[in-house]
Amino acid sequence: MSKLKLPSLGSIYFLAVCTLLYLPITLLIIFSFNNSTTLVFPLKGFTLQWYGQLFENRELLKAVGNSLMIGVGSSLAATILGTMGAIAIVRFRLPGRSVFLAVAALPLVIPYVILGVSLLILFNEVGIPLSAFAAGLAHVIISIPYAMLIVASRLVGFPDNLEEAAMDLGASYWSALLRVTIPICSPALLAAFLLCFTMSFDEYAIASFLVGTDATLPVYLYSQLRFPTRLPMVVTLAAILMTITMAVMLISEWLRRAGQTSGRKAQK
Amino acid sequence: MTDTAVEIRNVTKVYSSKRGKRSEEVQAVREMNLSIPRGKFFTLLGPSGCGKTTTLRLIAGFETPTTGEVFIQDKAMSKVSPNQRPVNTVFQNYALFPHMNVARNVAFGLEIKRVPKAERERLVGEALELVKLADMCDRKPSQLSGGQQQRVALARALVNRPAVLLLDEPLGALDLKLRKAMQIELKHIQEQVGITFVYVTHDQEEALTMSDLIAVMKDGLIQQLGDPVTLYKTPTNQFVADFIGESNFIKGKVDLLGEGKARIMIGGEQVEVSSGEGNLMAGQAITLTIRPEKIDLSRQGTGGLSGTVQDRVYIGTDTRYIVALHSSETVIVRVQNGCDSEAGEFAKGERVTVRWRPEDARMLMD
Repeated sequence: MSKLKLPSLGSIYFLAVCTLLYLPITLLIIFSFNNSTTLVFPLKGFTLQWYGQLFENRELLKAVGNSLMIGVGSSLAATILGTMGAIAIVRFRLPGRSVFLAVAALPLVIPYVILGVSLLILFNEVGIPLSAFAAGLAHVIISIPYAMLIVASRLVGFPDNLEEAAMDLGASYWSALLRVTIPICSPALLAAFLLCFTMSFDEYAIASFLVGTDATLPVYLYSQLRFPTRLPMVVTLAAILMTITMAVMLISEWLRRAGQTSGRKAQK
Repeated sequence: MTDTAVEIRNVTKVYSSKRGKRSEEVQAVREMNLSIPRGKFFTLLGPSGCGKTTTLRLIAGFETPTTGEVFIQDKAMSKVSPNQRPVNTVFQNYALFPHMNVARNVAFGLEIKRVPKAERERLVGEALELVKLADMCDRKPSQLSGGQQQRVALARALVNRPAVLLLDEPLGALDLKLRKAMQIELKHIQEQVGITFVYVTHDQEEALTMSDLIAVMKDGLIQQLGDPVTLYKTPTNQFVADFIGESNFIKGKVDLLGEGKARIMIGGEQVEVSSGEGNLMAGQAITLTIRPEKIDLSRQGTGGLSGTVQDRVYIGTDTRYIVALHSSETVIVRVQNGCDSEAGEFAKGERVTVRWRPEDARMLMD
């Protein structure tokens, strides 16, 4: 018989971290089913009314729609522009390359509140109305550096003579880009898109300045916190978003691993 | 059509790089004139940095000449982009497309040219057959060994039937045994398809094994152009003699000129050599070059140089002797084991006479 082992310091630490990370999320999910407007123990009873309210709330559904639209649109645009920038800085010896890189990366270090105010002034001047479109435009600006850096790291990781090889075999530059460079970068493109999307989806500061009447989800949620009775609904929404995010992450991880093992099998 | 596949006329390639305020210029290729005959296995041979890869990239179109012009099949190429040139390249690191399987890699050039599917599949099959990889067509490049990737790269280029195939040190990454096997196979494939091969390598043995014609390069200049036997037997300068095979260099002075022969003074002793075609004058300083295997060692006798055995190394088929001459220079001598039984083996420190046939030594002007 082996001795009964005391839990090691490492496993205690691990448990503590897990609790700290996931307990609040678990609480959210628990309270989303709780039949009470206040978030306190003991629980009052099981209910689905918050979920019902959620799906009947037109304003909220519209905010979700706005967020999805801005998120998809801005991350698509940012991924495309970021990829173009990445190709420019990695594959070409541009004059003023470092200046370009610095300017493109600037949104990373400018506080969003300042960016939001300055864009508000700018958009007023040039006559872009406050709208979902204006917020989307701002999200493109803040997402480009992330997309560019992710795609650039992939481009650095594979030799540029693959493009030379494609051209050597008769492909034009654009054809080489489409047939070789983009497909090889596709995981990076997807990663860039997903990151830009999550950034746009929960960005509050800039959006609050620019959306006008087209409230995004974060903007709507903050506005609802003023009403205590709506708190359970906000919690429920958070629980749903959290579940979806986790599911997406688990699925993508599962897909990645499935791809790896099938690759390994074929090698044998 | 002439018999020239590639002609390089007065080509100079200058790379300029800026380091801070100083800008540096490097002449990778200088005033090169070269014509590569059709259907031959042509090799550009030289140490790293000699401009051989630059020359290849100039032909492929990845670099543009600073001055001069490259002709492929008698057509000027200065305004023709790489994808329009009738050449294909086998890259040093293979440059296979990692996201495509073997068959799609090989079919790439044909797809671009919009060759019909049935025809394409037939040609891809033939090309893979040629490189003995017909059963691998569904594999991804990452699932192949280095040698197999090499063959795919070769098939991918050859399937397009280029006028000229450019190969940039394609065997560099393979181990010695595989490299030797691939050398023979490459030569075999070249003879089979009859396409002009332009091959870049720094490995003189590889160049000698495969080539019909070799251009030895150094510092952006072609040092000598010739077939392997000519280069080995009659190198025109010290660099070529040293780079191709092993050579001894002995400094001396022309003492007397005779009918096709010359008497050379080396450290107070005399030797005879064939005077060759150069314009020699009595009293001129020259360098003699002799291959180690062409030197004969004996214990006594006249008409040679006397020396002392400084070191002896047994290397299987041969024994290498390092002999110190009177003139304090050393020569390397290779004696085949088991052949020279009458002389036997020489011991370290033994006094010997170094001799060679007059026609085996070559004189290089200083």
